[in-house]
Formats: sequence, structure tokens, C-alpha cells
Amino acid sequence: MNSPVNVRNFVIAAVVLALVLLPYAIREPYYVNIASQILLYAVFALGLNILVGYGGLVSLGHAGLSGVAAYAVAYLLAAGHGHLVAIGGGLLAGLIVSAGFAALALRATGISFIMITLALGEIIWGLAYRWISITGGDNGLSVSARPAPFGLSLDSAGAFYDATLVVFLLALAACAIFVHSPFGAALAGTRDQPRRMNALGYHVWMIRFGAFMFSGLLSAISGILFIYYYQFVSPPALALTSSAEALLMVISGGAGTLLGPVIGAALVVIIKLVVSAYISRWNFMLGAIFVAIVVFMPEGLVPGSVRLCRAAWRRSNRGRAAPMPPPSGGAGGSAMAKHAEAKHAEAKHAEAKHAEAKHVEAKHAEAMTPVAGQKR
Amino acid sequence: MSFWLLLTVNSVTFGGLLFLLSAGFSLIFGLMRIPNLMHGSMFMVGAYLGSSLLSNALGFTVNFWVAAVIASLEVAVLGALMERLLLRRLAGQQLAQVLVTLGVSFMVADLCLMGWGGDPISVATPEGLGGFVRAGGAAFPLYRMAVIGIAVVFAIGLWLMLERTRLGAMIRAGVDDPQMARVVGIRVSRLFTIVFGLGAGLAGFAGMIGAPILSIYPGLDQDMLPLALVVVILGGTGSLLGSFVGSIIVGFIYNFGQALLPELAYFVLFLPMVLVLVLRPQGLFGGQVL
Repeated sequence: MNSPVNVRNFVIAAVVLALVLLPYAIREPYYVNIASQILLYAVFALGLNILVGYGGLVSLGHAGLSGVAAYAVAYLLAAGHGHLVAIGGGLLAGLIVSAGFAALALRATGISFIMITLALGEIIWGLAYRWISITGGDNGLSVSARPAPFGLSLDSAGAFYDATLVVFLLALAACAIFVHSPFGAALAGTRDQPRRMNALGYHVWMIRFGAFMFSGLLSAISGILFIYYYQFVSPPALALTSSAEALLMVISGGAGTLLGPVIGAALVVIIKLVVSAYISRWNFMLGAIFVAIVVFMPEGLVPGSVRLCRAAWRRSNRGRAAPMPPPSGGAGGSAMAKHAEAKHAEAKHAEAKHAEAKHVEAKHAEAMTPVAGQKR
Repeated sequence: MSFWLLLTVNSVTFGGLLFLLSAGFSLIFGLMRIPNLMHGSMFMVGAYLGSSLLSNALGFTVNFWVAAVIASLEVAVLGALMERLLLRRLAGQQLAQVLVTLGVSFMVADLCLMGWGGDPISVATPEGLGGFVRAGGAAFPLYRMAVIGIAVVFAIGLWLMLERTRLGAMIRAGVDDPQMARVVGIRVSRLFTIVFGLGAGLAGFAGMIGAPILSIYPGLDQDMLPLALVVVILGGTGSLLGSFVGSIIVGFIYNFGQALLPELAYFVLFLPMVLVLVLRPQGLFGGQVL
């Protein structure tokens, strides 16, 4: 009875029930819509997290993937096709573009991966902005009606929330299965020790490609939810800001955890709504939060706040309890972070070396190794 | 005929501006191993600051070139401060550094929007350069020729600085092998600040002298940053020659693309990048693999 699995199942069931009942509790369509937004961005963040958290590959072009799917749906609907065709087309477009992104960006890892995904994302943005005959340019594309699966209309806020919740739960379950599958373990292996994985006979590139495609699929799904939720898409949805927002969701909640991106999505959507209600300076806030999180809480907002609170609590406790503990105790929290950093640097180091082994001769390896070494 | 000639001149001009922008970007990348995602912002801030110096917003006006130099120095100081105060705290954590430059670029873009408003600002061509030179039956816009000249002068100056001076030798040493450079007594961390300031100043200068051609508008930073990225992916990181050739290539593709396939101009840009990534991942002149 008190085996942790049962407790966990109970908690999961309770949370799902709470999510299902949420619209009845809050009623106000405005707030139900916010909940839908959180869920659809959570799907996006889950997808990005597969790559960032589990694959160690930070992408700044993911808004391009979800955006392509959204545009494809809108375009196909405008061309007179049904919702089924449009959704299929959206998924297909997202996957094709993901494959293209992956094929190019996976030639590199680390910082260069960021650069290439960023450039690719900007190109998709440029297409959306300039290819006016297809995308409508700055005016964007709009969708007149939401689909009605099984005859159920999704026009009301509550109904759309339910549909989004179903998709979100499926995506979350898929992520959970993925992460705990041998493939997920192999992906984490390529993140931490790409050379060893290679030596063990794993096809590192193929594993990363598969992860990119899964990530792209989830992004495309969120793009489809996006277009049906807003019933409108325009170039800003694909801009670097959107990619950065998604990345903020992932790293603020805690990359490489299953629920971190969901919490991050909720945080970012709520902060964005609250901020834009008072001031029109969301981009400034986005940048400031980004900088603050990276500088002060590199491990994510939730674990980071816990660490900072704990450190503060310990410090105040020590103030009361006289000078007994040695000063090194206060550094406990930051030592933990340092440790995490060191591990991170180590993984990066291994990765850099791996990339070299693949592309460059020994002479070059000599030149690069000290660079990575200086991190420690 | 003159259409093609004009397009060529425009391409080379744009390539020159891109060189000023991407030379610093490439050097920063080569030395610090991070893409400075604020580089587009530096370009835009330089243009905005310069335009304020021209427009009597501060109670006085200065000559265009003086404005460009002052704006460039201001941006250089900003860049050096950014490196000193923010990036230095994150030494060795490249991912964190990249994300910080991204975060700051959003803040800068919003601050510019607050300070200078959303309307595009056009900057008049400096006095005496508004005309054309006639040669061989074609007319060349004087200002664009001047921009090309400036870019060439800067290219030569940068090359001499890197190849012939002590500072340049230290920077090259830092790019090739920072650890070894430290061991022989070069203060690489100070080089970081210098190169960051230099790169920022070049970008700010490019922004100002590009303003009469491109005008200044919110989003200029995000228009320029991908171009600098493409130049560096094409030319290879840390290589001055690579930035130069890459800039000219991108300048041509961008301008010809815009004239011939206006809707796909951005997309056409990406073709050479794909080719280089597939055939020569280290870039045309780069030593190290991207």
C-alpha cells in the first residue's frame, strides 16, 4: 500500500482530475483561456526540453518549427482543405522542416549548434515575413473556424481547454515514456559522454537526429494548437523572441526534468500576461529574467529558489546559533551549484573533444584541448 | 546595364558594412568562443546614438563623421563594460554567456524602442557626398563609394593591427591557444575586454555609416544579426579574411536576391550557408570546425 509507485499514481490521478475540473472551478473564460495558453506552450517547452535538457543541444530556432506547422495549417485551410488534411499537413511540414534543421545543425554541437539553429530559425522568420504570396507577410494568416472532433465544437473556452488538455497529457505521457526508454537513456548518454557512447557502438548522430525529430513533432503539435487557439499567425510567432521565450520556459523550470518545462511555461505565460497588463515592456522583462536566471540560478528557477532560500535560511540560522559552524558551511549551496557547473563543463569538454575526433586531425585536438581544460 | 552595375555597387557597399559588423563578431567568437548575440544591438545602438548627435536632440549638432566616431566610441565602452561586468562573471560557461548576450539584446532593443520610438529614423547623406561620380557612362552614388572605401581602409587597418602589432600578436595567440597564451604571460582576460570593445565599436560605427543607406528602425538589430552569423559560418570564425570574403558574398547574394527574388531574398541567403556547412564545416577560411 505504501509503495511509492502507488502514491505516485494517486498523485498523478489527483493532478489530472484537478486539471480536468479546472475550468469548472475558475469558470471565467478569460482565465480558462490562460490555462489553455499555458498548456499549449507547455507542449512546446516539453518538445524543446527533449533537445535542451536530455540531448544537451540548445536550439534557438524552435519557433520556426512550431511556426511552420501553424502556417501550414492556416494555408491549407485557406486553400479550402478540411481540418484533417490541414492538421496532417501541419505535422508533415513541421517534421520536414525539423529534418532539414537537424541535418544541418547536427553537424555541430554546443555553441555552434545554437548559432546554426538561430540562423535557420531567422530564415524561416524571413520567409514568413517576405514570402507574401504564401504567408500574407506582416498581415499573417487567419483561420476562420476551429475543428470539431467527433462533432464536439471547440469554440468555447472550456471545450478548447479540454482538447488542449488531452493533447498536453498525451504529449507529457509520450515524453515520460521517451525519457525512460532505452532511447532516452541513450540520448542522455550522448549528452554526457558522446565519445564513450560512440565507442560503445551507439550511433550518436542518429540518436540526436531521432531526438530532434521527436522534439520537432511536439513543436509542430504545439504550433497546431497555437493556430487553432489564436486563429491567427503572423511573423512574430516565429521570431527569435519566441524561440527565446520557449528556451526561457525550459531553463527557468529546470532543463532535463520532466515537469520543469511545464512549470516554466506556466511561469512565463503568467508573468507575460501580468507584465503586459501593466507595462508594454515585455521584451525588456524577458531579457532581464533571462539574464537574472542565467547569472543567479543556472539550474532553473524552482531548484534555484530552493537553493537560495535554503542558503538564506541557513545563514540566518547561523546568525542566531552563534559562531559554531565553520564559514565553509555557507558555501554549501553554491558549492552544489559549482559542482553542477563542473559536471556541465566536463560534459561539454567531452563533447568538444568528440566533435574534434570526428572532424579534425590530431594536430587540432592539441590546440583545442587546453581551451576546454581552462574551464576547471 | 546600369541596373546591374548599380546592383553590384550596392552589393559591395552592403558587403563593406557587413564586414565592419562581422569582423568584430568573428574576432569575439574566435577569442572567447561565443557568438555575441548582442552584436546586432551594437549596430543599432550605434546608429541611434549617432542619429541623436545629428538631430540636435542633445542641444548641439556635430558633423556626420564626428557623430559616427563618437557613437562608435560610446558603443565600444558599452561593449567593454558588458564584458567586464556581466560576461566576466560567467567565465568558462559558454552557454550561460550566450544566453546572457541574448537576454541583453532583448533589453537593448526594448530600451531603444523606449528612447527613440517606433518610427524609422532616416539619416541624411553627409554633406558633399550626396552626388554621383560619373565614370565610363555610368553614375556611381558617391556616398556608397565612400562606404566601400572606408570598409577597405578598415580592413587594411585591422589586418595591419592583427599582423604587425604587439596587441595583434597577442590576440592571434589568444585565438589560437588561450591556455598557452596565458602561460607565456599574456593577460587573455584583458584581451577579452579589448576585443569585445573593439568589436562593439566597429559594429556601432557600421551602424552609423550604414544609417543613410538602411535607415534606423526597431528590429534593425534582428535583421543584421543573422547576416553576421551567416558571414561567420561562411568565412570561418576568427579569420579576418574569412569575414571579408564572407561579407562580400553575403552582400552580393542579399542584394541580388532582393532585386531578383524579393520574396525569397532571405531564403536564398541560406543556400551558401548550407553548402558550406555540408562541404566545409569549418568555413571557407576558418581553422577550427564550427
